[in-house]
Amino acid sequence: MAMATIGNNGAARRVEDEIFKQGRDLRGAGFRMVLLAALAVSTLILIVLLVQVLTDGWPVIDERFGDFWSGTLRSRSSDDALGISQGIAGSFWIAVFVAVLAFPIGISAAVYLEEYAPRNWLTSVIDIAIRNLAGVPSVVYGLLGLFLFVKTRDGNSSLMAGGITLAILVLPIVVITAAEAIRAVPSSLKEGAFGVGATKWDVIRSQVLPFAAPGILTGTLLSLSRAVGEAAPLILVGAITGRLAPRDGSFFGADQFFDRFTAMPIVIVGWVQQSGRDEGFAAAAGAAIVVLLAFVILMNSGAVLLRNYFEKKRG
Amino acid sequence: MVNVTPSVQDALKGIRVDEDATTATDEIAITVPTAAASSTPQDEPSGDDLVFDVSELSVFYGDFRAVRDVNMKIRRNEITAMIGPSGCGKSTVLRSFNRMNDLIPTARVAGNLLYRGVDLYDERVDPVEVRRRIGMVFQKPNPFPKSIYDNVAYGPRVAGRKKGLDEVVESSLRKAALWDEVKDRLQDSAIGLSGGQQQRLSIARAIAVDPEVLLMDEPCSALDPIATARIEELMAEIKAEYTILIVTHNMQQAARVSDRTAFFSVELDEANDRRTGLLVEYTDTAKLFSNPDDERTENYITGRFG
Repeated sequence: MAMATIGNNGAARRVEDEIFKQGRDLRGAGFRMVLLAALAVSTLILIVLLVQVLTDGWPVIDERFGDFWSGTLRSRSSDDALGISQGIAGSFWIAVFVAVLAFPIGISAAVYLEEYAPRNWLTSVIDIAIRNLAGVPSVVYGLLGLFLFVKTRDGNSSLMAGGITLAILVLPIVVITAAEAIRAVPSSLKEGAFGVGATKWDVIRSQVLPFAAPGILTGTLLSLSRAVGEAAPLILVGAITGRLAPRDGSFFGADQFFDRFTAMPIVIVGWVQQSGRDEGFAAAAGAAIVVLLAFVILMNSGAVLLRNYFEKKRG
Repeated sequence: MVNVTPSVQDALKGIRVDEDATTATDEIAITVPTAAASSTPQDEPSGDDLVFDVSELSVFYGDFRAVRDVNMKIRRNEITAMIGPSGCGKSTVLRSFNRMNDLIPTARVAGNLLYRGVDLYDERVDPVEVRRRIGMVFQKPNPFPKSIYDNVAYGPRVAGRKKGLDEVVESSLRKAALWDEVKDRLQDSAIGLSGGQQQRLSIARAIAVDPEVLLMDEPCSALDPIATARIEELMAEIKAEYTILIVTHNMQQAARVSDRTAFFSVELDEANDRRTGLLVEYTDTAKLFSNPDDERTENYITGRFG
């Protein structure tokens, strides 16, 4: 029948009039455009940043990257020995401190909070406190580090002070992300294990931690990127922004723990500050930013790959 | 067909010897047990026959009494069904039989729950050992995200067993009627199995620690009728070796598989205006479904409520 009609009050209406698209979801379409615009803005900012930094730093990366990589902090940008080796070494050791201190302590605290701690007002208070700590400005951690690890050593700043300070800074983030990953373990898994006579320790070791591993890993690696990118607390604990004499010891030598130090973000801050009087520092800062960004992207990609691997393994 | 080995005969020692029970061998041969093959409800089980002796059991969540008045004597090598409308506390009671309720911080048990004469809620009792003796199969199949082999071997491993795991895995999977379907892919992830297979894997996993009792919490509610029939058949087969308690929403299932049935109901608690579950009637399955003593049971099984 060519003209299908519906309706029971005599008024014949064509089916086509009703079931063809009539723009019912206009608000939805509008909402979608707003979301897309938000995404476009964030992406655009990132692109502008990358282009800017690359343009600034390109001369250095292109012409003398090898020297730049192995060079040290200098007072003149025209110095051929100007480079980031000290910053790389400092940031490397800071990452090690964070991994060695913040990861085990943070994950353990999260396991205790989620699996052992009784649910009462005290644990609620602790939970809220940790969440608040994660939001405390990083300079405050810098002050803490200054008083705890620098003033106690007669005001001598050290790589160790910086590393421990940043480990403390990311500790709450590690606890929160790990706790969330642990909370997401299905209770049916735990019950299944308890049901065949597993002890709490068995359940945590063989069910909870493997299942939560991808989430925990992502959180910890993201917090590592955060620590490596922090500048403010390091400035407070006395990282060197100006000229730092080259050390005698090896590049990654642990003997530098108690020495004066710098780190990649600090190198960048220092050079940007000095670019006012010596324009050459702007290019060096750009190149240093490119290197730092590359490291951060590398770590974050590593986090994603590892998470995917563990998720696949978990089935 | 179940192969009756000497160990099975051992396990059957002390089984009821009243007039209508035939030899143990014949008893096992009946794949779907009928009530006629069970002992009469008047018998008072004792000694080896009495696995659980429950009296005046109540379960609380905080101040709220979820179930009250549970009085049951659970007999060895029988299938006991627990039926009743939603919210009557049958699962709650089942989970108190192996201290699974311990995992809920507010849950608390009052009254007596004796397993082989020992109060399960005595503070000296180790819930881990309780759960090794009294295994559990859950409503939703919950395989671990590990291989089929590791799922079954999990229980023996946490119990400290290192040798002979292959044999345990094979015999458990055979008992759970899953061996033939999975023997060539024991190292594959258990997540890839179908729902019915996953549930039989859960049974194999529970059997692997050689428990005396199996608690089954609506084990077929997430399964299709064919998988359900498979599980019911399986229960009839393994009944010779285990004492089984099953919670089910399905009255026909209770009538088909069980020797005894406990009917739970819910009533408004005047004191706090909340609904509390209670055990109404516990008797021989055939009697409960044909000639119940309590009017509430009659109303429920004839479909007048619930």
